[in-house]
Amino acid sequence: MNKIKDIVSRIAPEAVFSESAPWTVTVPTAQFHAVAQALRDDPQTQFDFLLCMTGMDWGETLGVVYHLRSTASGCEVVLRIETADRENPQLPSVSDLWETANLNEREVFDFFGIRFIGHPDMRRLFLRNDWVGYPLRKDYDASAEVNPVRMENEETVDVTPSYEEHDGKVEQEERVLFDDQEYVVNIGPQHPATHGVLRFRTSIEGETIKKVDVHCGYIHRGIEKMCEGLSYPQTLALTDRLDYLSAHQNRHALCMCIEKALGIEVPERVQYIRTIMDELNRLSSHLLFWSTLCMDLGALTAFFYGFRDREKVLDMMEETTGGRLIQNYNVIGGVMADIHPNLVQRIKEFIHYLPPMLREYDEVFTGNVIARQRMQGIGVLSKETAISYGVTGPSGRASGWSCDVRKLKPYGVYDKVEFDEVLRTGGDTYDRYLVRVEEIRQSLRILEQLVDNIPAGDYCVKTKPIIRLPEGNYFSSVEASRGEFGVYIESRGDKMPYRMKFRSPGLPLVSVVDTLASGSKIADLIAIGGSLDYVVPDIDR
Amino acid sequence: MFLNTYTDSIDFNAAREWIHTTLSGVMPAWGVTLTECVLVGLCLLLGYALIALALIYIERKVCAFFQCRLGPNRVGPYGTVQSVADMVKMLIKELIHINHVDQFLFNLAPFIVIISSVLAFGCLPFAKGLAVLDFNVGIFFLMAASSIGIVGILLAGWSSNNKYSMIGAMRSGAQMISYELSIGLSILTMVVLSGTMQLSEIVERQSEVWFLFSGHIPALIAFLIYLVAGTAETNRGPFDLPEADSELTAGYHTEYSGMHFGFFYLAEYLNLFIVAGIATTLFLGGWMPLHISGWEGFNAVMDFIPSIVWFLAKVGVVIFVIMWFKWTFPRLRIDQLLTLEWKYLLPLSLLNLLLMTLVVALGLYF
Repeated sequence: MNKIKDIVSRIAPEAVFSESAPWTVTVPTAQFHAVAQALRDDPQTQFDFLLCMTGMDWGETLGVVYHLRSTASGCEVVLRIETADRENPQLPSVSDLWETANLNEREVFDFFGIRFIGHPDMRRLFLRNDWVGYPLRKDYDASAEVNPVRMENEETVDVTPSYEEHDGKVEQEERVLFDDQEYVVNIGPQHPATHGVLRFRTSIEGETIKKVDVHCGYIHRGIEKMCEGLSYPQTLALTDRLDYLSAHQNRHALCMCIEKALGIEVPERVQYIRTIMDELNRLSSHLLFWSTLCMDLGALTAFFYGFRDREKVLDMMEETTGGRLIQNYNVIGGVMADIHPNLVQRIKEFIHYLPPMLREYDEVFTGNVIARQRMQGIGVLSKETAISYGVTGPSGRASGWSCDVRKLKPYGVYDKVEFDEVLRTGGDTYDRYLVRVEEIRQSLRILEQLVDNIPAGDYCVKTKPIIRLPEGNYFSSVEASRGEFGVYIESRGDKMPYRMKFRSPGLPLVSVVDTLASGSKIADLIAIGGSLDYVVPDIDR
Repeated sequence: MFLNTYTDSIDFNAAREWIHTTLSGVMPAWGVTLTECVLVGLCLLLGYALIALALIYIERKVCAFFQCRLGPNRVGPYGTVQSVADMVKMLIKELIHINHVDQFLFNLAPFIVIISSVLAFGCLPFAKGLAVLDFNVGIFFLMAASSIGIVGILLAGWSSNNKYSMIGAMRSGAQMISYELSIGLSILTMVVLSGTMQLSEIVERQSEVWFLFSGHIPALIAFLIYLVAGTAETNRGPFDLPEADSELTAGYHTEYSGMHFGFFYLAEYLNLFIVAGIATTLFLGGWMPLHISGWEGFNAVMDFIPSIVWFLAKVGVVIFVIMWFKWTFPRLRIDQLLTLEWKYLLPLSLLNLLLMTLVVALGLYF
């Protein structure tokens, strides 16, 4: 922390430092870009990973909270900037330092109306271009007269505004996304290979892709906004609906964050159950990944093999939680109900059932010469690009970035089990595929160690009927099926969160598509999309 | 020669002559020709529709069993009437009128596709005495007729005013024109061996040994190339790029509905049958039974099976293999597809043609 203080005070003497963890630095707007650059580039700090970027409305001021992490040392720091100008708020962009800031700043602009100076593409990200107002501001007018349900289509624009500062004056510039001569094909929003309602505007020349422009927000539900009006136990219901294939893990993160804020010690039994459920969820998600990637590459039979086995996982989860997709199992202080008596036996059977099936997968797909040719060397993501875009999870690990939260900051009982963090170095589609297949095996290994040792005890601790979080900021993250899922809560001591932000692993995944797919073929775009394995409700939130 | 001893238990020649004499007794010569043409046309179309329906059912069942499913099993015993029900549904569906398409070409395209496949279908020698068109350049005509289909697919993609359709049609054009070369060369290889282009002659010459065995190495290579190229020619997996559903939703027929879509669908399955039929005729002895010289008893038993059954059974085996491809392999990418054809299959076919010529010239075949 002292090193950070040195670096920051050298550039911005007025910066304010927090007294205790989480280490927070409030940086004056004028020096923010220089501070951010210094923190990223200085060999002592190397904050090369922008973990989470949260737009804030603090009443008087608008601002942004940046969670930075160093991939080398694992240190974290929180930066805050704010502007008192609510009419025409402007803040410096860091999209030139961290690529992941690109879409995140668009999201902040969309919800808070903060314009980022120096950002190349200041369009709304989720809402329609003709949306009135900025919904996550506290003074937002949500009445139906302001934003009626519009019956006409949204105009697609080919130019985007960007704001540059010249001699202290901010000027708006128009940037052309696609010119008139380009052959632009819409892939999505209704398309079998986008895995949900996601839209890529793709400029192609023959079969070769020149540029991909991502349009998100077709299933944006404003979950972060909804959370501000719900009590903490009520917000739990919404996390399952983000990345529905990581329902347990998402909810685990939120419960952990609230428990940390309240200082609740969770019983050992709960930790075991939560970890087991997380891994079952990961199994179901990776099996689905395998199936859908095969389907995207045209191997329909393989798709059914994967679903046959995923069904067994879902059955197990259904027996205990009652749900197959949306499970509503974790609650603050524990889990909703004790595990079903059959669960242990069924998991044991499954641990013996799946490995022969995985060999079958390898025979039918991994070893296939066509499948290999379709995947090897396609969509190569370097480690630096992965970190800059914040591509975590199996996709990041395929590029050689050791980013598994289960290893970096063990939660649950991950520190008590032995498993390998699967790392590969190629960063192509094939590596992303292999990482996930290997992670299925590692999940089985974790389950094998846990399933016999579930300690006796309560499955839930008693909590107060009305939960109020002490004033402050809280952040926790878990390793969800497709990357680091983080929850950031800012509380003002109320029974409802003042601001709740979900760091979704999906948004970085989709932001990297343009980089990976440009220059390759249409069919490669599908393969790349399948291997990144994004889930659209997770992107849109 | 077996040719003389083999008498089909169902003799279509006799049936043909009986119809001819009966008709000649009641009407003038031109009337006989006209009636016979109509009859042949009716039989062809009926056979066409029945075979397509059967194939759709078989494909759904085969694919279901590959995929740990049951497939259609509700309509009729074992779901056998399912594809008939689907056909009825398809017939009564609305043809959706689409704005901003070239109406004439858009409506013409499915007909071109289906006409080309009916023409090709008509040339196949189904059984002894059961062939509609049989003349000295039969196989040549068959190839020419089946190539017309590509025009329909290109038109469909072009006139749909849809970017996916356009990409699908372009892929299809590139693919079919490329693979036509390999098909042509592998057929030519077999023509060198048989010494005739007349389909009935080709079948007759295999009465003793099938060409696949008599032509040994070059025939086997030609057969494998033909299978690969034939699969590509019918736009089936792993070469189903023109309609790659995960990339182009449905490719060139995205915008078609009702029976116009049905035509594409029928033609696709019939093309599968035609490709398998040509493979059977050229390599597997057509409707000839399996004979092994010296095994008189075995040959007599084989002769007992009617020729139409032989033909359909052989076609069925080839179709099963092609379905097996589709439900096992992932899809190729367009550049890989073209590389496979132009860099591997085409040179290989040319070399194989040379090899076959040498084999025939030196009399090294059985």
